[in-house]
Amino acid sequence: MSVQFTFDGRPLTAESGQTVGAALLAAGVQSWRTTRFGGRPRGLFCGIGVCFDCLVTVNGEPNVRACLTPIADGDAVTTQAGDGRG
Amino acid sequence: MVVIGAGMVGAACAYYLARAGLSVTVVDRGSVSGGTSGAGEGNLLLSDKERGPELDLALRSHQLWRDLNDEGLGPDFEYEAKGGLVVAFAETDFAALQTFAATQRDAGVVTEEVTADRLSEFEPHLAPGLAGGFWYPQDAQVMPALAAARLLRASGAEVRLGTAVTGLQFSDGTVRGVRTTLGEIPAQHVVNAAGLWSGEIAELAGSTLPTQPRRGFVLVTEPLPPLIRHKVYSAAYVSDVSSSDAALQSSAVVEGTPSGPVLIGASRERVGLDRTPSYDALGRLAAQAAELFPFLERVDVQRYYCGFRPYLPDHLPAIGPDPRLSGFFHASGHEGAGIGLAPATGELIAALVAGEKTAVDAEPFNPARFASPQPQEEQR
Amino acid sequence: MAAAATAAEQGLRVALIDSGRQLGGQYFRHPAPGLNAPWIAHLHHGWSRFERLATRVETSHRIAVLFERQVWAIEPGFNVLTDRGPIAARNVILATGSYERVVPFPGWDLPGVFTAGGAQALLKGNLVLPGRRVVVAGTGPLLLPVAAGLSVAGANVLGLFEANRVRGYAKHPVPLLKNPAKFLEGVDFARQLLRARVPLRSGRMVVEAQGTDNLEAVVIAHSDGSNRRRIECDALAIGYGLAPQIDLGLTLGCENKLLSDGTVALRVDRSQRTSIRGCYAVGETAGIAGVECSLVEGEIAGLAVAGASPGGPLTPRRDRLRGFADVLRTQHPVPAAWRDHLTPDTLICRCEEVPARAVAEAVEDLGATDARTVKLLTRAGMGWCQGRVCGYAVACLARRDPAEPASAADLLAAAKRPLARPVRLSVLTELDQRNK
Ligand SMILES: Cc1cc2nc3c(=O)[nH]c(=O)nc-3n(C[C@H](O)[C@H](O)[C@H](O)COP(=O)(O)OP(=O)(O)OC[C@H]3O[C@@H](n4cnc5c(N)ncnc54)[C@H](O)[C@@H]3O)c2cc1C
Ligand SMILES: Cc1cc2nc3c(=O)[nH]c(=O)nc-3n(C[C@H](O)[C@H](O)[C@H](O)COP(=O)(O)OP(=O)(O)OC[C@H]3O[C@@H](n4cnc5c(N)ncnc54)[C@H](O)[C@@H]3O)c2cc1C
Ligand code: FES
Repeated sequence: MSVQFTFDGRPLTAESGQTVGAALLAAGVQSWRTTRFGGRPRGLFCGIGVCFDCLVTVNGEPNVRACLTPIADGDAVTTQAGDGRG
Repeated sequence: MVVIGAGMVGAACAYYLARAGLSVTVVDRGSVSGGTSGAGEGNLLLSDKERGPELDLALRSHQLWRDLNDEGLGPDFEYEAKGGLVVAFAETDFAALQTFAATQRDAGVVTEEVTADRLSEFEPHLAPGLAGGFWYPQDAQVMPALAAARLLRASGAEVRLGTAVTGLQFSDGTVRGVRTTLGEIPAQHVVNAAGLWSGEIAELAGSTLPTQPRRGFVLVTEPLPPLIRHKVYSAAYVSDVSSSDAALQSSAVVEGTPSGPVLIGASRERVGLDRTPSYDALGRLAAQAAELFPFLERVDVQRYYCGFRPYLPDHLPAIGPDPRLSGFFHASGHEGAGIGLAPATGELIAALVAGEKTAVDAEPFNPARFASPQPQEEQR
Repeated sequence: MAAAATAAEQGLRVALIDSGRQLGGQYFRHPAPGLNAPWIAHLHHGWSRFERLATRVETSHRIAVLFERQVWAIEPGFNVLTDRGPIAARNVILATGSYERVVPFPGWDLPGVFTAGGAQALLKGNLVLPGRRVVVAGTGPLLLPVAAGLSVAGANVLGLFEANRVRGYAKHPVPLLKNPAKFLEGVDFARQLLRARVPLRSGRMVVEAQGTDNLEAVVIAHSDGSNRRRIECDALAIGYGLAPQIDLGLTLGCENKLLSDGTVALRVDRSQRTSIRGCYAVGETAGIAGVECSLVEGEIAGLAVAGASPGGPLTPRRDRLRGFADVLRTQHPVPAAWRDHLTPDTLICRCEEVPARAVAEAVEDLGATDARTVKLLTRAGMGWCQGRVCGYAVACLARRDPAEPASAADLLAAAKRPLARPVRLSVLTELDQRNK
C-alpha cells in the first residue's frame, strides 16, 4: 500500500510501513537537516536511533528521528535547520 | 611557588601570582578542571549573596572577571554578562525579596525591582501569575572548565598533571616544598587549592580545614534557540544557598548557554560523596524549572551530572595563611560559588603572599578560625 | 524474547519492554506487513526460529509486550523508569543489545556514509537500498552479511574492505572447529559475494570520503596510507564492530569488564546474574557474541530468574559460543592507524561539530589528560547522541601519545551515560509528583 507525503512541499510517495528516512531515501533525498554550527547537510547514519543525525521536522514537530518514525499518509516533512526550534 | 589543584581556584591563584612576578608550578593529581570545577555551573552571581564578607569578595571578583574579559580572555571561556532575574511566586516572597535587595543595594549591588506586569519584557516565556521580581544586571556566566583551563594557560605557569601531592616539606615551621608521586618540588610558598580535598592537604601540615561535600545535580536539555535570556531563579533559592540542612533542597536556576542547551541546577544535599543518582532530586529540579518556564515541559533532557561543592561549616571560604606553617596558604571551601569567587581569591592570595594591602578585608576568611578546638557549626 | 518466553513458561509474570514497534530486535528486524520484495527470503537467516520464538511470546498470557517504551533509567529495587511512567519489578533482565562503533575519517559526516548495520537496517526493515553503488568497509563479521544482503537486493557492491588481515583465525582452530555452523555461515556469505563478483580485500581501510554535499567517492588504502585508490560510489557502509549498550546497567551500579577490543560489557556469572541482586544481563550486554549466544543466554536467564537451574546443554553451548566470540574479537580490533588519517578539520564529534583540531588543542595545550576533560573543554560527546558515536574515538585521542591505547577509565566513560535515552522534562516532573 502506498502513502502520500510531502517533503518541503513537494508531493512524494512511499510504501506504508517505511520509516520517514527510508521513504526520503527511496525518493532520492539523501539529506534533510543542516547542522547547528556549520550548516552542513545530514541524513541517515546509524539507521537504528543511536546517532541523532537524521533529525527532521514532521508536521511541525522538530527533532524527530527519521530512521525510527514510520511515515504516515499526509505527513508534511520539512528540512530542519539547526536545533529545529528557531 | 607551588599551587596544589588545577581547578578554578588554583588556576586563578596561579594567574594572579604569576602576574605578581612569581614563578609558579601548578600540580594536580588528575586533569585540569577534573574536580568540582568540571562538575558545576558557571554562574557569577551577586544576586544570591546577602550583605557581608562573601558579597564583598564577590563584588571584587565581578570587577576582575570584567577585567579579564576586557583583556580579551572572555570569548575563550564564554563570558556572558547576561544578568539575572530573581522572581517571587507569592506576594510574601516578593516582600522578602524587596527587603533583601535593599540591603544588597547598600553594599553596592546594582538591582532593580521588576513589577509583575514587566516580567515578560525580561523573559517572554516566563510563567504567568508571578508576584514580581528583581533584576540584577551584574550577574554573569562563564564556562567553568574552559575558564580554569584558559586562565591557567594564560598564567604561563608550569603545569604538572597526573601528579598527586603526598606530603609537605618543611623545617623550622616554614614550608620548603611539596612531595609528589613524581618527585619533590621545592618552593618557598605553597597554596592549597585542592577544593574538596583541601582538608587532607591541610592535615599534611598538621592543620585543620573541615571541608565537606555538598552534592548537586544539574539537568541539561537538548539544544534550544535562545528562549531564556538571563539567569532566572525563584526567591526560595537564596535561603537554600545559606542553609545548613542536610536534606534535599533545590530551587532551580534556569539559564540558556551559548551552545544551546538549557541548564537547570542545582540541587543541594549533604550525603557525603555518594554518586548514586537521586531521581527525586532530578524530579524536583524538573518541576521547579517547569514552574518558571512551562514550555520546558515539552523539551527533552539529554543528560544530568552531579558534583560536590566543597563547603566549610560557616559557609565562607578559607583564604589566607595557614595558622601553623609559615609560607603555606589555603584557598578553598568556596562551596557553590567557587567559580564566581575565584579571581578575587587569587588576587587576595597574591597580595597576602607579597605582604601587600588586600583589595578586600581578608580577615573573615582567615583559615585560623578552624584551628583546634574545632568551632561549633554556626546555626542559622 | 528468549528470556521473556522462558521466564513466563516457568510461571513468572513478565513485562517485555522495547522501544521499537516489533518483536525481533536487531537481528530479526523485518519489514512491516505489506512491504515485500522477491529477494526478501535471502535476507533473513533462521526465520523459522524467529517465528517459533515470537509464537511463544505472543501466545503467553503471562507476558505483557510493551512496545514504543523507552527505558531511560532503572531505580534500585527495581523501578523501571520509562517515558510512559515507571514499572515496578522484582527482577530485571537487561537485553538492550548493541550499537555500532565507527571511528572518524575525513568526510565521514557526508550524507551517503552509513554505518554498516544502518545500511542493513534500512534494507531489512524498509526494503530500501542506501545507494546504487555501495562500498562496504571497516572490520568485523557483520560486514559479510551486510555486503551479501545489499548485493542480493540489487545494489552494485563495489567491494568489501576488511581493515584487518583475516589470516589470524588459523591460530585459534579449537573455538572455530567447535562452532562449525557459525564459521560456515561466514564462508557462505563470502561465497555469495564471490558469485556476485564482489571484490573482497583485507588489510584495507577507508581513509577518506569525498564529496561536497553528498558522498561522491571513497579513498581506500593500506592502513599506513599507501596504495591509495579512489572508488566512485553513492553510499558507504562502514563499521568497526559492535559495542554493548549497557547504560542502564552501569548507572544501576553493575560491575563491568573491559574486553580485548576496547568495548565494555556487564560482568555476569554462569547464570547471567550481574553484581546487582535481581539484575541479569544477556546477549550483547554481556559482551558482543552474536544472535545464537544471545538466544541461549536468554533461556538461561529466564530459568535462573525463576529459580530453576539451567541444566542440560544450555550452559556448555553458551560457553562454546562465547569462546568463538572471544576469538572474533581478537581478530577484528579497530586499526590504530585510524588516527593517522585525520585532518585538523575532520569532525570528531558529529553532533557538536567538534573538529580534530579542537581535541588536539585540549590535549596538547589546555591540560586535558582524560576523555572527560576533553569533553568538558571541547563539547565532544555532549550532543544528542551523548558520545555513543564519538566516545571511543575521544577515549583514544585523549592519549597524547598515539601509541598508547585508550585507558580503561576512558573506555568505561565512553560506555556510560546517566540517561539511557533522552527524557521529556514532563516525565521527570511526574517523578516529583509521586513524592507529594
Ligand atoms: C552542581 C554544582 C553547581 C555549581 N554551580 C556553581 C556556579 O554556578 N557558580 C559558582 O561560582 N560555583 C558553582 N559551583 C561551585 C564550584 O564549582 C566550586 O566552588 C569550585 O569549582 C571549586 O573549585 P576548586 O578549584 O576549589 O576545586 P576543584 O575544582 O575541585 O579543584 C581541586 C583540585 O585539586 C586536585 N587535588 C586534590 N587533591 C590533590 C592532591 N593530593 N594532589 C594534587 N592535586 C589534588 C583535584 O584533582 C582537583 O582538580 C557549583 C558546584 C556544583 C557541584
Ligand atoms: C545495526 C545492527 C546490525 C546487526 N546485523 C547483524 C547481522 O547481520 N548478522 C548477525 O549475525 N548479527 C547482526 N547484529 C548483531 C545481532 O543483532 C545481535 O547479535 C543480536 O541481535 C543480539 O540480540 P540482543 O537481544 O542481545 O540485542 P538486540 O537484538 O539488539 O535487541 C535489543 C533490543 O533492546 C531494545 N532497547 C535497547 N535499549 C532500550 C531502552 N533503553 N528502552 C527500551 N528498549 C531498548 C532495542 O529496541 C532492541 O529491540 C547486528 C547488530 C546491530 C546493532
Ligand atoms: S540515523 Fe542515527 S538516529 Fe537516525
